[in-house]
Amino acid sequence: MDGPAIEIENLVKHYGQVKAVDGLSLTVRPGEIFGFLGPNGAGKTTTVRILTTLTKPDKGTARVFGHDVVREAVAAKGLIGVCPQHTNVDAELSVYENLKLHGLLHRMDPPRRESRINELLEFTGLSDRRKAQAKVLSGGLKRRLMIARALLHQPRILFLDEPTVGLDPQTRRRLWELIQASLRSGATIFLTTHYIEEAEKLCHRVGIIDQGRIIALDTPAALLERVGRVVVECAGEEDGMTFFEDRDRAAAHAADMSGDVLIRTANLEDVFIRLTGRRVRP
Amino acid sequence: MKAVYAVFWREMAILRRRMVKTLISYAIGPALFLIAFGWGLGRSVTMEGVDYLTFMIPGLMSLTSMSQAWSIGMDINIARFYWMTFEEFQTAPLHHLAITLGEVLAGMVRGLLGAAIIALLALLGGVRIDPSPLLLLSLGLNTFVFAAASVVGAMKVKSHADQSSLNSFIITPMTFLCGTFFSLESLPQWAAWLVKALPLTHASQCIRAAALDRPFPWISLLVLVLFGLVFFYWAGRCVRKASL
Repeated sequence: MDGPAIEIENLVKHYGQVKAVDGLSLTVRPGEIFGFLGPNGAGKTTTVRILTTLTKPDKGTARVFGHDVVREAVAAKGLIGVCPQHTNVDAELSVYENLKLHGLLHRMDPPRRESRINELLEFTGLSDRRKAQAKVLSGGLKRRLMIARALLHQPRILFLDEPTVGLDPQTRRRLWELIQASLRSGATIFLTTHYIEEAEKLCHRVGIIDQGRIIALDTPAALLERVGRVVVECAGEEDGMTFFEDRDRAAAHAADMSGDVLIRTANLEDVFIRLTGRRVRP
Repeated sequence: MKAVYAVFWREMAILRRRMVKTLISYAIGPALFLIAFGWGLGRSVTMEGVDYLTFMIPGLMSLTSMSQAWSIGMDINIARFYWMTFEEFQTAPLHHLAITLGEVLAGMVRGLLGAAIIALLALLGGVRIDPSPLLLLSLGLNTFVFAAASVVGAMKVKSHADQSSLNSFIITPMTFLCGTFFSLESLPQWAAWLVKALPLTHASQCIRAAALDRPFPWISLLVLVLFGLVFFYWAGRCVRKASL
């Protein structure tokens, strides 16, 4: 099982006339936290659905540790853990039963399954909710349960599709601590997110997708280098952003400007705006 | 088999939680049929040589076992489109036939529970149905056919509304046409042939013959086996298509 963790070649997926994924090619290395960044409708979730065997591509190939997700779907499924964007815990089952079901589906032997369940319940702070039905949990607790579930069988690749969307900053931070601490050494994470700061802080590399195509792919630092590390923003102007390599040059430029001017460090959102002319967040 | 057990376990865990509500809901409809047509009307009517209540109870067993086995489709539909929990099965390393068989077995348990409730209600009305091997085989096949058909339906439809339409177009006509409430001998020839193309007709004939200790219609049993094989194969294909 050497080689790339994920290998996508010329992937295409249409929904009617809409091209959701348009010739996407991408490689993710083992052990990497890979961020997939883009606005709504860019093709992030479709790509994740193809990689997690939920959607069949029209063209191209996608492989997970060498296993084609269409032709060797069962083998590919055995290597992945999925935390989808929507909440999909089994509402009528208890917290424990949700995890037990996942363990059964992944054919974990009972002693290992029970030990992992106890470990993850403890770890996610859900031990005292063990017998509670999932439907009575808050949104944040349901997310914790979903992440515990995705981690239970110790997948080699964890797909996290907007895992922290709609959660307050404290819960988001806690969830990220959980994910990072619980992942076994060498596991790969494929993360889609709207939260630019998450991608910047957590990801080894980031792919920016727009209209189904990868438009930039590099480390966050290298992407920032491309546009300039410092931004001068002129209030009230739609396209009033200028990028500079350092703060001195930015300050010199700002001195010649009239009105309210903001000098700040560039982020991945700026990279996206620079590349596409639009914002990641709608 | 571990994979089949995993799917089956999930459905049984949910059934266990809903057990009281489920059993009551299984009993209400058939109990009303029994009161209205069996105990009310049926005392003064005979059909195929027995009183109407005795005639109707095997029909009700066919009907209830069919509709409860079929109801697994509604749960799959809700799991696919509302809770989206079906994705848990689809992203797990399971063979599509394991998912199909797990769901079909769960549908069969529901159907057999429904039939058992009718047998209990019948006992209250003074009609005793002995669980002979042929009766159990016929009931098992009936629930297998309709649970498998239900998986096909649940994987084909695109919404909750479509699922309800399936009930209206498939289950409701069979409820009234397939010899559950009346003898097929009273139908015109062409209508009898038409009705014989439906699986519940054959299930009713097998279940009634086994329950009333009459000559067993082996051809109908064979027809049920064929329906079961076709629906199970089709269900497997549909699950595979939905899960790659």
